[in-house]
Amino acid sequence: MSKKTIIPVGPYHPLQEEPELFKLYCDGEIVKDVKWETGYNHRGIEKLSESKTYDEVFFLVERICGICSTSHPFAFANAVEEIAGIEITDRAKYIRSFIGELERIHSHLLWVGLAGHFLGYNTVFMWAWKYREPVLDLFEMITGNRNSYAMFKVGGVRRDIENNKIPSIQKVMDELKKKTDLITGAVMDDPVIHARTKGVGVLTKEDIIDFAAVGPTARASGVAIDVRKDDPYAAYPLVNWKVITAEEGDVFAKAKVRLLEMYESISIIEQCTEGLKKEKEGDITVKVKEIPEGMGTGRAEAPRGEVFHFVISDGSNSPVRHKIRAPSYTNIATFKKSCIGQTISDATISLAAVDPCYCCTERLASVYDIHKGERIMNAEELIKASVDKTRGLQKCDLS
Amino acid sequence: MDTEKIIQELKQKFDSDIDSVLISSNKRVTVHINPDLLLSMAEYLLQTLGFRFIIASALHTRKGFETYYHFSLDNKSLILNLHVILDKKNPEIESLANMMEAANWIEREMHELLGINFLHHPNQEKLLSEGNWAEGVYPYRKNFIDNIPEDKE
Repeated sequence: MSKKTIIPVGPYHPLQEEPELFKLYCDGEIVKDVKWETGYNHRGIEKLSESKTYDEVFFLVERICGICSTSHPFAFANAVEEIAGIEITDRAKYIRSFIGELERIHSHLLWVGLAGHFLGYNTVFMWAWKYREPVLDLFEMITGNRNSYAMFKVGGVRRDIENNKIPSIQKVMDELKKKTDLITGAVMDDPVIHARTKGVGVLTKEDIIDFAAVGPTARASGVAIDVRKDDPYAAYPLVNWKVITAEEGDVFAKAKVRLLEMYESISIIEQCTEGLKKEKEGDITVKVKEIPEGMGTGRAEAPRGEVFHFVISDGSNSPVRHKIRAPSYTNIATFKKSCIGQTISDATISLAAVDPCYCCTERLASVYDIHKGERIMNAEELIKASVDKTRGLQKCDLS
Repeated sequence: MDTEKIIQELKQKFDSDIDSVLISSNKRVTVHINPDLLLSMAEYLLQTLGFRFIIASALHTRKGFETYYHFSLDNKSLILNLHVILDKKNPEIESLANMMEAANWIEREMHELLGINFLHHPNQEKLLSEGNWAEGVYPYRKNFIDNIPEDKE
């Protein structure tokens, strides 16, 4: 009789910055079964939402995830606007889609980098994270923040993207296209990546339907679901783009889908900026009187898949029930299918392939010179440096 | 058009068991059903009409435990909610987890947070608070005062 060994991945593990425990039951090198423990990070957000006003809930749901921090406010806005029957202005629609797509680019770049790192291909990691920086700078220029942009509210957006910023945006996009070519080439043409990812962690179409998986995980297995096309919202019906799919269902297919989606996102952003030029500046909100009694479902396509918000209102200023389903909730469960029968080293990249949601919002308190041990900057000076940088970027100075 | 056709089809098949249908728009429909009907209705939606299960949400109200099962028909932009009301004292309903893996986690979560019992669930263990939360205490339940009549709510 063979002896099974349990290999724990987590709750704190270099592979995953967020706490979650996976127990791999292995026979030799082969994973035979997997069990997990979640709930290390349960914050009771659904319950908390019932005690906040509709305006405050936006700031709350933005903090569910540090990477796709716009997808939750996006879905929540869709849900509340459905209850109240609000139609937002075209300029606000373009700004919403613009932010959504820019977020998709930075999230996919982050994933490509991490996937490269897990495979031991650190050049891709360095490149992807380096070229993600201008995208975050663009966010800082437009919204004042690298993450958690606070752009959304019921009836529109909080800040405008002034037309004089469009040339700087275009400059970043032009540069990004070249860098995306570079990274796509590095991933698609590399024999080592092929060897490590092709035929690894395969999810069939039936698996996707059984687990109701969404986003690039589903699209890489030939299930062409994308809320932006299926249940169009914001400016997505106003621009041209296509849903990227692949048939193989392995880790390579998931990487391919994400990389090609970045080109579509760049194209959507360019079309949105063209749209912005036609609309009147400052026309970004409609007046909202009250949220009537009723229920609404809002969906948005986050970088990882469909985000679903279900809101029940009793006519007061806060929701009675607010159910949130993030895409990783269904995608992580597919690990049971994708990693059994794999070797331990392949199991880790199979997990990373669904892009489980990590948070990257660490902050420094002070900076020391490592040679002399002297403090160079304290917290106030750091905050000042950060504010100065944001102000510099907001003057369209992206140098 | 399509939405109406789907509702017609459902009404033909499950006629007397459907309590009412609320059509909020062409893309959003809520069907109120008897809890006994859930399994056959969900099977029909998933396997015959090609719906995808999104998630389920439950809430505790004076009527009992109201549960919404959300289904999506992606090529028609349609979300169909199945709405059931479970008993106040002894909330239980058949599990969908044997039909699809997608219902497994959310049923465990609803069991843990609201104390709804899912009959024939393959593994109704706690999902979020294993080992750090008291047994039989359900955080999402509300404390209603019993002596207020329902019509004065």
